[in-house]
Amino acid sequence: MARLQLKKVVKSYPSGDVIRGVDLDIDDREFVVFVGPSGCGKSTLLRMISGLESVSSGEIIIDDQCVNDIPAAQRGLAMVFQSYALYPHMTVYQNLAFGLENIRTPRDTIAKKIAEAAKMLQIDHLLDRKPTALSGGQRQRVAIGRAIVREPKIFLFDEPLSNLDAELRVQMRAEISQLHRQLGNTMIYVTHDQVEAMTMADKIVVLRSGNIEQVGAPLDLYNRPENRFVAGFIGSPKMNFLPGVISSIDSDGVQVKLDGDEEPTILARVDGAGRTDGEKVTVGIRPEHIHVPGDQSTGRTAAPNGGNTVKLAVKHTEQLGSESYLFAELSGGKRVVVHLPGQTSARIGDIIDVQIPAPSCHIFQTDRGEMALPRLDAPIDRPTTPQTDQ
Amino acid sequence: MNDKFASWPHRVLAVVTGALRAITHLMLNIPERPMRWAQRVLGGQRIAWLFLTPNLIIFSLFTFLPILINFYYAVTGGVQLWPSERPFIGTENFQKLFACDNYFDYSTCDQDLFWRAIYNSMKFVSIQVVLMVLFSLITALVLNRKIVGRGFFRSVYFFPVLLSPVVVALVWRWILLRDGVLNAIIESMGGEKVLWLLDPSWSFFWVIFVTVWAQMGFYTLILLAGLQAIPRDVYEAAQMDRASPWRTFRKITLPLLMPNMIVVLALALIRAVQTFDEVFVLTGGGPGSATTFLVQYIYNTGFAQQIQRFGLAAAASLVLAVVLFILTMAQLRASRSKIDG
Amino acid sequence: MANRVVQFLTRTRGHGRFHLTDWLTYGYLTIGVFLMFGPVMWLALSSFKTEAALLQFPPPLLPYGPAEAEVEGYDRPLPLYRVEKEDGSETIMAQVRRIGLIAQMVDPDDPGTIVKVNVKKRKRVEEFQLATENYSDLWRQFDFPQYLWNSVFITIVATILTLIFNAMAAFALSKYQFRGRTAVFLFIIGALMIPPTIVLVPTYLVVSGMGLLNSPWGVIWPAIATPTGVFMLRQYMLTIPDDLIDAARMDNASEWRIFWRIVMPLSAPALAVLAIFSVMWRWNEFLWPLIVLNRSEEFTLPLALNAFQGELKTQWNYLLAMTVLTLLPVTFVFAFLQRYITSGIASAGVK
Repeated sequence: MARLQLKKVVKSYPSGDVIRGVDLDIDDREFVVFVGPSGCGKSTLLRMISGLESVSSGEIIIDDQCVNDIPAAQRGLAMVFQSYALYPHMTVYQNLAFGLENIRTPRDTIAKKIAEAAKMLQIDHLLDRKPTALSGGQRQRVAIGRAIVREPKIFLFDEPLSNLDAELRVQMRAEISQLHRQLGNTMIYVTHDQVEAMTMADKIVVLRSGNIEQVGAPLDLYNRPENRFVAGFIGSPKMNFLPGVISSIDSDGVQVKLDGDEEPTILARVDGAGRTDGEKVTVGIRPEHIHVPGDQSTGRTAAPNGGNTVKLAVKHTEQLGSESYLFAELSGGKRVVVHLPGQTSARIGDIIDVQIPAPSCHIFQTDRGEMALPRLDAPIDRPTTPQTDQ
Repeated sequence: MNDKFASWPHRVLAVVTGALRAITHLMLNIPERPMRWAQRVLGGQRIAWLFLTPNLIIFSLFTFLPILINFYYAVTGGVQLWPSERPFIGTENFQKLFACDNYFDYSTCDQDLFWRAIYNSMKFVSIQVVLMVLFSLITALVLNRKIVGRGFFRSVYFFPVLLSPVVVALVWRWILLRDGVLNAIIESMGGEKVLWLLDPSWSFFWVIFVTVWAQMGFYTLILLAGLQAIPRDVYEAAQMDRASPWRTFRKITLPLLMPNMIVVLALALIRAVQTFDEVFVLTGGGPGSATTFLVQYIYNTGFAQQIQRFGLAAAASLVLAVVLFILTMAQLRASRSKIDG
Repeated sequence: MANRVVQFLTRTRGHGRFHLTDWLTYGYLTIGVFLMFGPVMWLALSSFKTEAALLQFPPPLLPYGPAEAEVEGYDRPLPLYRVEKEDGSETIMAQVRRIGLIAQMVDPDDPGTIVKVNVKKRKRVEEFQLATENYSDLWRQFDFPQYLWNSVFITIVATILTLIFNAMAAFALSKYQFRGRTAVFLFIIGALMIPPTIVLVPTYLVVSGMGLLNSPWGVIWPAIATPTGVFMLRQYMLTIPDDLIDAARMDNASEWRIFWRIVMPLSAPALAVLAIFSVMWRWNEFLWPLIVLNRSEEFTLPLALNAFQGELKTQWNYLLAMTVLTLLPVTFVFAFLQRYITSGIASAGVK
């Protein structure tokens, strides 16, 4: 059982605030990922939870107890570091045993716990080696093992996969997820990689310069980003952002005339309540939501709900076999990236008609916060299976 | 059965390692409880003060407190060691040190030995440092060449650095005795015996020679490190540019080695000003006071004589401190230019 | 094979020929070996000569000494001489005493008859003698074991304390963020710029005020807080990742345990260099012990050497043996650890 609550948590340095009043609830057994660009304060927040960093103001509450003044060692948490932080002068066994020895665990208990953890992580044949004799993936497992043997209330991971190569990262991602299912502990995981966040999290916390931008399930963040920052951060390649002016608002949605004389007008199925004609906004379109009807190789034809038809001049293409990218320009010269499944027949220099379904378009305000206008209906890409957990 | 094979060295080794393990175990566990308590009281980062305490106490007692007391000694007189028993006499000690009819003739000074020591030191420093840098440089250049057994030769030149100054002085005393091996060699070549350490000029020469002999290896090492840090391709480029060896040395080696040269120069200067041990044992400052330098004057005035004139010694060490301060500042400036350039 | 050796020895400048500068180089190096090692070798060689051999001029290269023989009827062994007889033949005789130009001699085989010989007609008989008694006597007749123990005690205790105290300070300065850290660091760097020679008098006062005069602790305490050591260790500890220390904190280790179990083992290379330096410094130290230790039973080896050579009639045979014993440990340390020492100096530029 481990519930974690953050109440108005602030971290100040003489040079400025790094965490600016964060409120967050993390439930027992939840896998929460803190994600954000470097310098957003996600690691600092994790270190404050761990107790390695002090809290300037606000409260950190674990299981209804404020732990602000409890040193790291006594909070009952365990942390996996980005650099693994294995003690280089100790064998794997000694690394795993160190924490248990420090709380004066009997020797046979230590041996039993280490044997269990080593078996679970498949490092039992490495116990007599020094960390320098291990591969990156093996070190990673030892670092996780060191956390497991302590049977912590909450696991903290600080960018644990960023030192691994791509292939290993995919594998370890799956293993950590599996570990979470197996152990059922609360886990907090920090990363700058939105793919890790999307694939592993029950709940993602997007941070930017010390503030929480949005908290939600991975697909919620993808489908209903609350502001332009989250929209741009979640999803790859990045969402296309096109500046424009609201030309009309009705029950179908909002029409935006893109800036530039020759640029088209885009209809988005969003709630325009409170907005006025002539207001400056930004239209957001994910590259994978742009359809190319005439493209013979792709199965994707007309968008289900119809929408906008726009002309694009193809400037550059990237064909990866299973998917392809078009780097194109609107008639007025605005750059747009299109992400297509399969292979495309479009060539550089082609002018093609593409369809952009109105329900897939986002609109963001341009004033502070760049908040999104609420979407009118369920996003089209979401599978329409009935919700079971009411 | 095993006891048969456990010979006594093994047993001794086992006892020693056991004892060491026990000591480290105790050092780990005994202070841990109070430290944990202090950690709770002081908090995470302020515990650092506890780690600093032993060092700070010793620094304060044996370095910083003495500096303050030194000023007090310099302005008090008498022969008492305890400060409260010493009468305040103002600048009298300094006046005494600087009372001279003619500063260029130490026999006209009240403290003629002080001025003798100053002149000796100046003469010694100016000659010794030049020779020290020169020979270190030559040796470093030679060792930097492609030679067989560089490690061995480097050790040869470095070896005297490790010897106790007293040992160094005795090694050379033994050679320079009246019936020593040097005189034997000279006589075998038809020369006459020389009383090396009883002749003022010769003993001055030997003091310089012996200190250079003893310390040269240290500076050689620093210069050698500098030479080896010069990238090979710079020389190869110079070779392609058909630069003569001498030009290569003047235009490439020397400028690139300059930072190390300056450090060596500064260190050698500071060290030379403080010369004591080797000279004290080799010549005792003699004959007469021909090789008495500043530190020995302080030692003689404060400690070696029947009347221990601490005030005068403290005043003299302040003079020394001023000299060293200037040299240290020069060194700092030099090492800063090393970082910059 | 021999060809290969020559080729290897003459492998210079890449041209395969022995250049003039190569001759100069090896000439310089040869002279260097002779000049640097020679004096110490000569001292070591001389330390094995008997007292009588040491008085000879010109001194023999190897430890030869006048031969002596036990002769019946004489308490002490008599020196042997090669005596030229009237008929030109030589015989070996023992000298009983010498009066002016006449020496009274006996034939060892015929101890009863004394023969008078002109001193010019006889020559000493020399034989190879290793005067190991120069060394063994140090143990029996002098306080040498006491001096040795004093030196060893001061060196070991001061080095251990230096390592622990300096490592603690370096740990605090490298791994904690506390108010006043910069000030403390500057304080210690400041100490680096104050050579002990300029505070001799007041340090003497402090030491005597603490009642440490004529005690090894009077030498040990002022020596152990070496700013050089703190600085060196701090620079090294800065390279230990902070994550390791955080990991240990998460592992429930107290700060002391972190210092002792994580930081100390990981600083082993720097500690080794400092240990070597500290041993050298303490073993060789002279001026400060000279001031603090005035009673001969507290003397360290350098002080004993100094006192010994200052006596009116220097007993060179013992002095030389003692000198050799003093330089021996340093030489051994150097022989085994020279790579550490030289790289330590080259990188830190400290002494």
